[in-house]
Amino acid sequence: MDFMDYTLEELHEQLVKKEVTAVELVEAAYARIDATDEQVGAFLALNKEEALKAARETDEKGIDPHNVLSGIPVGIKDNILTKGVTTTASSKMLEDFVPVYDATATEKLREAGMIFVGKLNMDEFAMGGSTENSAFKLTRNPWDLSKVPGGSSGGSAAAVAAGQVPVSLGSDTGGSVREPAAFTGLVGMKPTYGRVSRYGLIAFGSSLDQIGPFTRTVKDNALVLNAISGHDPKDSTSFEGETPDFTEQIDQGVKGLRIGVPKEYFNEDAKETGVIESVRAALKVYEEMGAEIVDVSLPHSRYGIPAYYIIASSEASSNLQRFDGIRYGYRAEDTHSLEDIYVKSRSEGFGLEVKRRIMLGTFSLSSGFYDAHFKKAAQARTLIRKDFDTVFADVDVLVSPTTTSTAFDIGGKIDDPLAMYMSDILTVPVNLAGVPSLSIPCGFSNDMPVGMQLIGNHFDEQMLYRVAYAFEQATDHHKQKPAFKGGE
Amino acid sequence: MAINEETVRQVAKLAKLEIEEESVHAFTKEMDSIIEMVEQLEGLDTEGIEGTYHGLQQHNVWREDKAEKGTDREELFKNVKTRKDGFIEVPEMFENGGSEA
Repeated sequence: MDFMDYTLEELHEQLVKKEVTAVELVEAAYARIDATDEQVGAFLALNKEEALKAARETDEKGIDPHNVLSGIPVGIKDNILTKGVTTTASSKMLEDFVPVYDATATEKLREAGMIFVGKLNMDEFAMGGSTENSAFKLTRNPWDLSKVPGGSSGGSAAAVAAGQVPVSLGSDTGGSVREPAAFTGLVGMKPTYGRVSRYGLIAFGSSLDQIGPFTRTVKDNALVLNAISGHDPKDSTSFEGETPDFTEQIDQGVKGLRIGVPKEYFNEDAKETGVIESVRAALKVYEEMGAEIVDVSLPHSRYGIPAYYIIASSEASSNLQRFDGIRYGYRAEDTHSLEDIYVKSRSEGFGLEVKRRIMLGTFSLSSGFYDAHFKKAAQARTLIRKDFDTVFADVDVLVSPTTTSTAFDIGGKIDDPLAMYMSDILTVPVNLAGVPSLSIPCGFSNDMPVGMQLIGNHFDEQMLYRVAYAFEQATDHHKQKPAFKGGE
Repeated sequence: MAINEETVRQVAKLAKLEIEEESVHAFTKEMDSIIEMVEQLEGLDTEGIEGTYHGLQQHNVWREDKAEKGTDREELFKNVKTRKDGFIEVPEMFENGGSEA
């Protein structure tokens, strides 16, 4: 069983017809992990015994023919709580933390009958764009093992790209699903803020964070989003409106649709020209299918990075105050005062990038800098949001590159935080505006996958899947398999 | 310079973090370049613009004031490092034995 050869609907059909069992699928996942994860390093923890038990129960009970996710293996990013299975956020702070409850997204997948294979590596507390900030291990890109898989959800991307699991969940605060999806040739969704409950997602930037799926195909992605969406009384920021079926309009094509091309997202001076070239070629495909390509402007885009780093870091500095060495998490030894417990536990438990963000956030919120930093960033956010409102009055969807380059070398940016922050330049405005965005494979540059970012209006994920699906049907980029370049 | 070493020490204190003395210089330089980057916002005219502080424009969310069963107490203690008599046991907290607390 090679997960790369089948869609979720095809796997489901085989399960229903009993051509394959849930146990066999789970065994295939672990066999693939055994064969590839020493090189790739996607998983932090495996849940083998429980997963096989759940799969056996599913087989005994019989696959629900109306539930496409029943019996399908899934991997979960390690900042999403899984009852009884360690959830570390790739931090020494939570090295031995075992949640006593499930995140709502986890619970919903469990109810849908998905089988949890294990937990996936990430940048510590989701802060980073390469997964090099994990306190525990390095994850490598299955296309070229000398390159990063992107981040912060790098383990989630690498696991699906390497064929270890057909589906994984990640989280996206400033591009942490879309950037790794682009770097590994996958479909990755950042839903509208509020679409998916954040209950049980370890908080980073609470007004920006969303959980989203990684899959190989567009329809697979829509099917998983169907399962995890919806209002949750446990998250008062979750959307109270209806959740549509995201596959409903998927095959309606793009004829007559207006596709906006934001000029600020196409840096013609970019070092790696192959990225923009691939996206421009994709726009040609859309044009041939009858879509109208319209030049648009998002004039405040250049303020996205500064506004994002102030807002996300400020929220993080507040959210991460809970790690105090008292109730749970890492506690320093040899302490003699309350201040000592706090300071030593936090200084020893957090990694360098997390400390940088906490420092920036604390500074931006401190009296004397609040107006020039936090308030100013919030105002910039309003203007960025209005830019999107304005263009969506005129176009159905926006298309741009997801990143300015393909996956970069391991070690290439880790000592230059600013260069690393700039990797998010095309993804953060989406989180600031709260709109949904999907990255899909659209070609190759230097033998590495290129991601195309589709951005939609609030709660219009149906449009994103429809536009993405039309492209996928017309091309075969999603069928290419990673080379494991540099592997044995 | 947007910030100096003294500010970094002060912010670290507020954030309950310790920056080792030998790395304060390098850390300050790095923070300075990050702060300089975020201060590009100075060039943006925001006169009269309301700030956006939430991801979704949703107003007060209420629920019935009805008691519901929470997570089991024993369950919640599973991640506690040390416990005693049904409480979380913590290390020594007062340098003087607590007589002035």
